[in-house]
Amino acid sequence: MVLGAMALLLIGLSLYTSLLDPLRAKLGVLTQSAYWVTDIPTRFGDWMTDRLTSKQALLEENAALREELLIHKGRAQQMATIYAENMRLQQLMNASEKVNERVLIAEIFGVSPDPLAHRVIINRGSEHGVYVGQPLLDADGLMGQVVEVSPYSSQVLLITDSSHAIPVQVNRNGVRAVAEGIGNLYQLELRHVSNTVDIQEGDLLVSSGLGQRFPVGYPVAEVETVIHDPGQPFARVIARPMAQLNRSRHVLLVFNDPARADSPADLSE
Amino acid sequence: MEFQQNPSFGLVVLSFAVAMLLSILPLPHGWAWFRPELVALLVIYWVMALPERLGVGMAFAVGLTQDIIENAIPGQHALALVAVAYFCLLSYQRIRNYALWQQSAWVFVLIGIHQLFWNWVRSLSGPAAQPLVFLVPALASAVLWPFLLIGMELIRSRVRRSPF
Repeated sequence: MVLGAMALLLIGLSLYTSLLDPLRAKLGVLTQSAYWVTDIPTRFGDWMTDRLTSKQALLEENAALREELLIHKGRAQQMATIYAENMRLQQLMNASEKVNERVLIAEIFGVSPDPLAHRVIINRGSEHGVYVGQPLLDADGLMGQVVEVSPYSSQVLLITDSSHAIPVQVNRNGVRAVAEGIGNLYQLELRHVSNTVDIQEGDLLVSSGLGQRFPVGYPVAEVETVIHDPGQPFARVIARPMAQLNRSRHVLLVFNDPARADSPADLSE
Repeated sequence: MEFQQNPSFGLVVLSFAVAMLLSILPLPHGWAWFRPELVALLVIYWVMALPERLGVGMAFAVGLTQDIIENAIPGQHALALVAVAYFCLLSYQRIRNYALWQQSAWVFVLIGIHQLFWNWVRSLSGPAAQPLVFLVPALASAVLWPFLLIGMELIRSRVRRSPF
């Protein structure tokens, strides 16, 4: 009875006050070490794959990567010009100057065991300059944001979590919307899209930066289905996240907060 | 089913440590609901095996540790496990004499209660599970119970006979 009451008290304290937060941040180290242990099989598997790959496969992969690099380099050649041009145009429009965003490479080493929460744990924490609210990307798009930071690891809430929403716009025409997670790792839903709005299947949704949390212009999702039901006040728009939410292991943390942009972390590039 | 009576507290700690690591082991996408509540099962096992030594206090300590390790709301698992241990203490004399499958049925009820508390605390801070979906882990746990029981008894008899 007493212990049950104590448990209830703890629950109440942690839910409705922030008294326990410093303690939880400290205990995050324990969490992290436990996840580190459960990550051993994966790392061992990676190590084995590295050891047991044949020379032929490595050569082929190398050739493919070189090709890809060539393509990307070719595209990047024009970037300098386009960037400068973009800057000039923005100055013409009196827009504020864009901050050059720094990134930090991180690795996912744990997934929340709670089936209702879409959270992952990454191996970078406050010691590396990570802060609450920092956006996380993978190679294909936006993944989520940091919600809890401990010294050497942080918890990231994925964009598909049912408590998450992100302001987006359609890349084709700039229509703004809010993409909500619905607890499905492969689906986002756009909120309150009226039936007359120009959104089509296959449209790319990019972050609009309106919430001041995510930087502008990162791909978020691709519209999968648009259902116009005359009986419903709004159109039902389902989009598929661009990021490989259940596959990516190597991810990027973006430092987009201007106030923090000049507090460098050692491991940044 | 006869339970051995020898106390082996090293084994208690070790079993909970392993169970907690298994409870955060990443599962393939879509399988998360089928993860048995191994920590709760072990609480049931140890309370049934050594009811005069292990009880609600142990359940509370284990639950808090699990909350920290899973980064859940502090008290979420503690509350659920305290309830489970309490019901277990009330009923162990009868349940011990049941056949394995009957014990499994009782374990389903106990883990169901565990899930009920877990889901209730979860619902205070965010979206809760769909009705009945949160009972899937209870089903998985009930299926696992006979194997866990036989396995733990084997391990404990080995530990008792070993020269260490």
